[in-house]
Amino acid sequence: MTQKMAITLDVNGTGHEIRVEPRKTLCDALRADCGLTGTNVGCEHGVCGACTVLMDGVPVRSCLMFAVQAQGKALRTVEGLSTGGKLHALQQAFTDNHALQCGFCTSGFLMLAAGTLEQQPDIDDESLREVLSSNLCRCTGYQNILRAVRQVRDAGKAGAR
Amino acid sequence: MKAGSFEWHPARSADEAVALLAQYAPQDGRVIAGGQSLVPSMALRLAFPSHLIDINGVDEFAKVRVEGGELVIGACVRHAAFHVTVEPGPLGRLLVQVVHDIAHYPIRQRGTFCGSLANADPASEWCLVAAVLGAKMVARSARGTRVIPAADWFQGIMTTALAEDELLAEVRLPLLPAGTRAGFYEFSRRAGDYALAMALVSWRDDGDAMRDVRIGAGAVEAQPRRIAEAEALLEGHPFTPAAIEAAAAAASAAVDPLEDVHTSAEYRRDLVGTAVRRAFAQAGS
Ligand SMILES: Cc1cc2nc3c(=O)[nH]c(=O)nc-3n(C[C@H](O)[C@H](O)[C@H](O)COP(=O)(O)OP(=O)(O)OC[C@H]3O[C@@H](n4cnc5c(N)ncnc54)[C@H](O)[C@@H]3O)c2cc1C
Ligand code: FES
Ligand code: FES
Repeated sequence: MTQKMAITLDVNGTGHEIRVEPRKTLCDALRADCGLTGTNVGCEHGVCGACTVLMDGVPVRSCLMFAVQAQGKALRTVEGLSTGGKLHALQQAFTDNHALQCGFCTSGFLMLAAGTLEQQPDIDDESLREVLSSNLCRCTGYQNILRAVRQVRDAGKAGAR
Repeated sequence: MKAGSFEWHPARSADEAVALLAQYAPQDGRVIAGGQSLVPSMALRLAFPSHLIDINGVDEFAKVRVEGGELVIGACVRHAAFHVTVEPGPLGRLLVQVVHDIAHYPIRQRGTFCGSLANADPASEWCLVAAVLGAKMVARSARGTRVIPAADWFQGIMTTALAEDELLAEVRLPLLPAGTRAGFYEFSRRAGDYALAMALVSWRDDGDAMRDVRIGAGAVEAQPRRIAEAEALLEGHPFTPAAIEAAAAAASAAVDPLEDVHTSAEYRRDLVGTAVRRAFAQAGS
């Protein structure tokens, strides 16, 4: 075992002072050390996207980074989407469109969609399809996820948190 | 699975990165760039480096620039940088076309161009670009700097000419002359998967003759390469459907395809012809 390092992670605007081995992935640190278990871990090697979080505004696979590498970055997880008990527009649209069943993939899809719509509010259908093909869902067949994200894009509400 | 233990050494400058690598390479130290190939292989315990030299904090590596007729791509330039044209000519447009087939959007936010070259996966799109366009790899170590041409760079599956204490500081791609047409096509079973075969083509129209014809295939053999037999059929000849068909057939015949459980050599060989034909059909100007 290598020496633990003291680091601070900035997650959803809150600083988390934690001690981790360098080999600890960002997703494991978020869940086990910061207590933020909304981010799910599926494959642990970059294939499924369940672990997607935003780092400085862009979606990344949190299983393909070590927590020590995320110091000084603004991280956002699914816990940071809703405000004052009100769901984010994407969360509401996922509910309304039956875009989840078991929900295991949902936090990853929400963060992928949130980051994408913030970067590209006018993203066209084809590009949106390409982006959403990044993550796996074993339940919904994807169409409802696409519908939910398109609905939020069309309403122009991605930034309204 | 979880990665094995390692010591983490974040570098703040290129000089520091090179010095750290000189110190730790003999103790099983390695560079980590985007981590999008290295971290999965550590998680799967295929790799267990004892030291990681992290170059993500090296600002001078994050730049892409045009210099002396070349596009110079620094060691930390992410795949996502090529979602938009990085230079206004045909090369910039070709790179936009190619980048969308590399992995997925979030992976492209972290993975780097130079990391793909260092990793040298047979199915890497950037490796095919480097092989076909004749890239130069600039390797730095505490011993000095050397330039390695694409022809010497690739040395088999996931093997390059880079020594263990050398860092790939930048890749230099020659700009394509105005009027060059270039096209790319790859086949994979699902969006974002590694390709089963891919082709990259480029040429200039000179009256009704094709000039500087380049045809390359990737994801087929241990390393990507140009296919001289196919190029020769087109060089100096007019662009006609029959000529393209003949070149595609020649490419298909020339390759010695890898096999795996999902893909027979025969199937890959067939895909090469299709990929070449479709790369020509995709070619923009
Ligand atoms: C699900 C998934 C799908 C993918 N699909 C594709 C695909 O379709 N096509 C494709 O090309 N790639 C694909 N990739 C891989 C991705 O493109 C990687 O980003 C790329 O292969 C390596 O770049 P990196 O910066 O992430 O390198 P890292 O993972 O950091 O490093 C890879 C290797 O190169 C070495 N290295 C990296 N940079 C340097 C340097 N500057 N000098 C010396 N050594 C260096 C490292 O030591 C390591 O051995 C995929 C990855 C995943 C997880
Ligand atoms: S857990 Fe990160 S991509 Fe599957
Ligand atoms: S809702 Fe079950 S995996 Fe997507």
